[in-house]
Amino acid sequence: MTMFLSNLISGISLGSVYAIIALGYTMVYGIAKMLNFAHGDVIMVGAYICFCCLYNLGLPPAVGVLASMAVCTLLGILIERLAYKPLRQATSLAVLITAIGMSYFLQNLAQMIWGANPKSFQTVIPAGSLTLMGGELKISYVSMVTIAASVVVMVALSLFVGRSKMGRAMRCVSEDKGAAQLMGVNVDLTISVTFAIGSALAAIAGVLMCSAYPTLKPTTGSMPGIKAFTAAVFGGIGSIPGAMVGGILLGVIEILGRAYVSSELGDAFVFAVLILVLLVRPTGLLGKKIQEKV
Amino acid sequence: MSENVKRKSNTKMVPFPSRAIVPERDLGKRPVLECSHLGIDFGGLRAVDDFNLTIGKTEIAGLIGPNGAGKTTVFNLLTKVYQPTSGTIMVNGKDTAGMNTVQANRLGLARTFQNIRLFNQMTVEDNVRIGLHNQISYGMFSGVLRLPPYWIGEKKQHEKAMDLLSIFHMEDLANEKAGSLPYGAQRRLEIVRALATNPSLLLLDEPAAGMNPKETEELMENIIKIRDQFQIAIMLIEHDMNLVMGICEGICVLNFGKVIAKGTADEIQQNPEVIEAYLGRQREDEE
Amino acid sequence: MKKTTVSKLVHKYLPYVVVIAAFAVCQSMISAGTMPRTTKTLLIPVCTYIVMAVSLNLTVGISGELSLGHAGFMSIGAFTGIVIAAYTQQVFNCSELLQLLFAILAGGIMAGIMGFLIGIPVLRLQGDYLAIVTLAFGEIIRNVLNCIYISLDGNALRFSFNRPDLPGQLLFRGPTGATGVNRIATFTAGFLLVLFTLFVVLNLIHSRSGRAIMAIRDNKIAAESCGIDVTKYRMMAFVTSAALAGMGGALFGLNYSTLVPANFSFNASILILVYVVLGGIGNITGSIVAATVLYVLPEKLRAFADYRMLVYAVVLIAVMLLTNNQTIKNFLVSFREKGHEKSGKKGGEAV
Repeated sequence: MTMFLSNLISGISLGSVYAIIALGYTMVYGIAKMLNFAHGDVIMVGAYICFCCLYNLGLPPAVGVLASMAVCTLLGILIERLAYKPLRQATSLAVLITAIGMSYFLQNLAQMIWGANPKSFQTVIPAGSLTLMGGELKISYVSMVTIAASVVVMVALSLFVGRSKMGRAMRCVSEDKGAAQLMGVNVDLTISVTFAIGSALAAIAGVLMCSAYPTLKPTTGSMPGIKAFTAAVFGGIGSIPGAMVGGILLGVIEILGRAYVSSELGDAFVFAVLILVLLVRPTGLLGKKIQEKV
Repeated sequence: MSENVKRKSNTKMVPFPSRAIVPERDLGKRPVLECSHLGIDFGGLRAVDDFNLTIGKTEIAGLIGPNGAGKTTVFNLLTKVYQPTSGTIMVNGKDTAGMNTVQANRLGLARTFQNIRLFNQMTVEDNVRIGLHNQISYGMFSGVLRLPPYWIGEKKQHEKAMDLLSIFHMEDLANEKAGSLPYGAQRRLEIVRALATNPSLLLLDEPAAGMNPKETEELMENIIKIRDQFQIAIMLIEHDMNLVMGICEGICVLNFGKVIAKGTADEIQQNPEVIEAYLGRQREDEE
Repeated sequence: MKKTTVSKLVHKYLPYVVVIAAFAVCQSMISAGTMPRTTKTLLIPVCTYIVMAVSLNLTVGISGELSLGHAGFMSIGAFTGIVIAAYTQQVFNCSELLQLLFAILAGGIMAGIMGFLIGIPVLRLQGDYLAIVTLAFGEIIRNVLNCIYISLDGNALRFSFNRPDLPGQLLFRGPTGATGVNRIATFTAGFLLVLFTLFVVLNLIHSRSGRAIMAIRDNKIAAESCGIDVTKYRMMAFVTSAALAGMGGALFGLNYSTLVPANFSFNASILILVYVVLGGIGNITGSIVAATVLYVLPEKLRAFADYRMLVYAVVLIAVMLLTNNQTIKNFLVSFREKGHEKSGKKGGEAV
């Protein structure tokens, strides 16, 4: 039982990271209707920036996190302006390939700057754990902080998208770009803000992830990126609550699958569950049903 | 009379020709389409309700009504794009319950679309060949290995496609991309493609939309020509009243999903309910 | 009128012409001894990737479904091919040529069967959801391969799941893959496989079945209303594509002495997709050229050492921006139309 609980908690913790990354994917998808494959690599950049601040510059962890958020925000806006904006009228496949090119670019740039060897990332969160149930259940501070951070992010984002003027503009652009423009919404600005928020979230996710799994290399971001993308689809791509639910469920399924099914087949298990879910609900858990008008 | 009795014994249909638009037309033979009590709900909204209609073998029928009356929904029900919530559809005496669009087409229902749906990347001829898909066929292996059935089939398809295109004098356009054709030509191509599937009932959804008066005139002639040449029934949705009143032998008027009138062109034009549906009640407007 | 028939013929046979010409040049260079060793080692992989790109183009370009798991089928073909080659050698004492033939056939059949099984759930979905499920299957295949062990015990093949302690000679051992493979793939075989792929794909496209597949891509609802069985034809394209990928995989597998499942990751699938998109969606000749150039380019960029993948990424983004930006496109079209009045074609959507 305690075993299960501790697995469940680490699942939720991992899932929280996926959820934060998935939010970036899903927001960008909702607004720009594109799969931003470079998103996973923004996570990696965020983690490297934080690493540099802590080790090379000797700054305190909080500054490191803020710096990596700032750099990733700029990076996100820059990527959108340089690579995606010129292709707004192009086919979705063309944009997808450009995103893949951007992903290669970031990975190789990171490799040039920081080298291919893995760096050991020391956690920004104090090590140790909370002991419960007479020492049987241990919850590490990293897990707790991760879960807490994701809750804060989700609540803040929900409020922002649901209540603020910019949030309304975002929902508006995601429904109909042309109509939004006619109503005086600044579409370019809205898309930039979306990329900025998504990338800032990616930076947070990068730091949290590397605190829990402390190896950092140029390809660190790609697998979590794919998993988070899966999580976004799982929950229904384009839907913000869907990304949260999808991310957390995916993390839990992955950890429980590794623990109780097969440690080698953990990833396969995750993807198998995804396929089953999509067969029952072809547009994800919380996705909108698309019906073509005849 | 005896045929009537026999027909009743092997179908579930309620007596006819009470539901026919024009009772005296060729209904002695088995009708091509019999709908009874057809209805569909869209989440509480009754889009089509208790729709009854019989169409004879070589009849040209019109389905009219104000915008949003449910005309296209009727077509979608007939071609099984939507499954009806209630009622039955019989095509050539066969119940279509549980069938999908493909099976409905094989049974003899072909249609065009209000918002044109051509295969835009393909040539005009290939669009027609898609219509001929089930008419002139050979297998995948014959196709890949270029066996004799391929050559024979391709030749037949080409000849038949050209033959069909000649109805609208479109042979010259055979190698053009369908998406690059002008609007009127696209509508005509859709009719040819539907005709290629060898239907017994051709459903035309606003065939004259976007056409100029001259084109509409030609279209009217061609619709009659198609009926005479292929001996099929045609049902059309149209807002151009000159076309509807000019060629439809029976007209059915739909408003808010319900049939409000059936009859010949003259009868419909005199019907006060129809006038009200289209123009509103005069008294109330003035007050 | 005559001119259009000529251009139609050229259009139809251009892929064959390109491939045969390239083969002739390469062969003459090899026999003259002027081909550098480094280039020679690229020949078989290039053939493989042409097969992969052309077969993926059948799914993405002709059938219109984004597949992100093509490397999965390639890996099935590769490892099936390796096992079958070893088996036929040991048990039937086949010549190398026959081994290769059986390996490629078996790879194709196995991948085709997997394509069919995977196609059942995949083809019920649409758009990005379909894409993510192909990605998922690609990853599942790689994960499962990591757990499979195959040995040749006398005349019998033995399989196990997650247990390396099999009797006999281990042919395939999970994450470490296949080692000590007899490298029997030849350039000529690769060339013939490319021709075979072109033959199948082009003949399929220009036949009744191919038209049905393209009709579904262009407008699914209209295709249904014309009586076309959507599932059947989507499946036909998907399985054919998978089977050809399996054949390509078998050729690829028998070109290296060591091969691990990690070679066929998501990135490998993406690489093939890049060839297809850059070559032009639905454009078979484009796929051939793009696969060749883009496979050879990073190898030739070794002069740049560390920068080569960076340069590759920049080239990729630049090409996408140049070929897809509406402003630049319009400019090029107007430029071309000035040059010679006849070219009304925009972009590379030709088949």
